[in-house]
Order: sequence, then C-alpha cells, then structure tokens
Amino acid sequence: MPRGLTHVFMRESTGFILVACERGSIPPAAADSQGPRLRDVEYDATLVDRLRGGDEEAFVTLVGRYHEPMVRLARSMVSSQAVAEEAVQDTWLGVVRGIERFEGRSSIKTWLFRILVNRARTAGAREERSVPMEAAHAVDPANFDADGQWADPVERWRQDLEDRLEAVDWAPILRSALERLPARQRTVVVLRDVEGLSSDEVCSVLGISAGNQRILLHRGRSRMRELLDPEMRKA
Amino acid sequence: MLLLRPRDIACREAVELVTDYLEGTLSPRNRRRFEAHLRGCGNCAAYLEQIRMTIKATGSIRPDDLTPQAQADLVELYRRWRSE
Repeated sequence: MPRGLTHVFMRESTGFILVACERGSIPPAAADSQGPRLRDVEYDATLVDRLRGGDEEAFVTLVGRYHEPMVRLARSMVSSQAVAEEAVQDTWLGVVRGIERFEGRSSIKTWLFRILVNRARTAGAREERSVPMEAAHAVDPANFDADGQWADPVERWRQDLEDRLEAVDWAPILRSALERLPARQRTVVVLRDVEGLSSDEVCSVLGISAGNQRILLHRGRSRMRELLDPEMRKA
Repeated sequence: MLLLRPRDIACREAVELVTDYLEGTLSPRNRRRFEAHLRGCGNCAAYLEQIRMTIKATGSIRPDDLTPQAQADLVELYRRWRSE
C-alpha cells in the first residue's frame, strides 16, 4: 500500500473504531447471525487477506469481532478502563501498520491478543513507575522552614526572558526538561503549554477528569520550573 | 469583622495553589487569601512569576523540537482526537 494511503486508512479506521464502539453498532465477535462461527479461523484468514488489500470493511469487521474481548483482557491488566481502552486502540493502530508482518502461523486472534498484552503491560508498567515517582509537592519541602515559610529567599530569574528566548537556543534545554517529567505530566504540559489546547480539550483527548488534568498540569509545570531554575538564573 | 479574617496561608501551601489560581478555579475566598498572601510575600510573588515564565518558555517550543518519542505520542493522540 502506498504510504499516503496507509495514513488515510489509519485515520479513518481509528475514527471508525471510536464512533462505532461508542454507538455499539458493531456486531459482537462470533455473533450467530453474522456468520461462520465454526469456521472462525478461516473466516479471519479471509479478513486478513482483505485487510492487506486495504479493505476498510474488513478492518471494521475485525474490530467488531475482537474489540470488546480485547478491552476486557486489557482491563484485567491495568488499573483503569481508560488505560485499557488506550492499549486496545494502540493495538488496532499497530495492526493496521503491521498487517504485512502477520505471517498466519497463529490465528489472528492470538496475534491481536499478543500485541495487546505487550501494550497493556507497557501501559501498566508506566502506571506503576509514574505514580510513586510523581512529586507530590510543587516545591521540595526542604525549601521551607518549620512554619512553612521559605527558608531562603527565592532566587530571582532574569527578567529579559523574551529577548533571551530569541537569542539563546532554548529548545534542547526545554526538551530535556520535558523528557524528565513523568509521562502523564509531560503529555498534559505538552498539550496545554506547547500545543495550546484548552483544559477541556486536554480532558477530552486524554479521557481524564478536570481535577486530574489540573493535578498533572500543576505537578508538571512545577517540575519544569524546578528544572529550568538553574538555567534561568544564569547571567 | 477582624475576628473573621482568615489566617494567612503559609508559603508551602501557597505554591500548591498556583495552578488553580492561574486556571481560575480557586474559590473566591481562597483567591482572596492567595492574593493577600502574594501582596505580603515577595518570595511567593517571585515564584508565581517564575511559573508564568516557565509556561511562556515551554510555549516557545515548536512541536518539531520535540523528541521523536514525545512526537510519536502526540501524533497518535491527535489522530484519535481529530477522528472523534
């Protein structure tokens, strides 16, 4: 498939997944009325062939058969429905990209579930790692005295930021600071402060609550400030 | 009325209110307390200014400046979002 076509296909397919699943309009896997239960494996094989040929309808059918079972599987591996659905959507994107690599040695179902489990594990591991590592304080508590006042004066930053943004190549500094944020904080900071999305939009993109979005934004921006602090004081 | 004046918040608490303040999600009462604290505390005022500068600096990154990983995450997010 030409590269451009692949892109269009992916985008439309993903759109269809979301729309179709929300409306519940896709028949469930191996529905009796939908055909060949006893010949699932062969039927799937024809779907794979059609999918390789760029047949979107085949993709939609495949989604109809396996999306819900995959969500259930993913749900058993990660802590929230949102993360589970994300892993499944990642899997479908992976399927569209990687269908050329499917060799037919296992059933498509096994192949799908294997991709999904890998992605769900990654997502699960990221969750486990990111939760305890996310600083619960905007500012290291060591900076405050027993009364909660600043122990030492806050070192002022240079005021000519705008000029300096033009004069100095800040991109590597900012990039490396961003990279050091826990993943969820980074995503929220990038969407809000780099891409300029509103808080409502970020909630909708990530499927998180407004309160959660603010917490991630707060921790992410606080950590960015901390990481930029030494650079910003420089003469 | 003097007796009802809320206790001033500590700097340690004030820095935790900065994002809610900038987002406009503080209750009117907490907003007044926060602003009163800023008027009396140069350190917290400087801190708030640094957060503002951080936001501005972060906003100067172009999406092209992102690492491939961060960019790939986003492309995927956008693709989903646009298609909704």
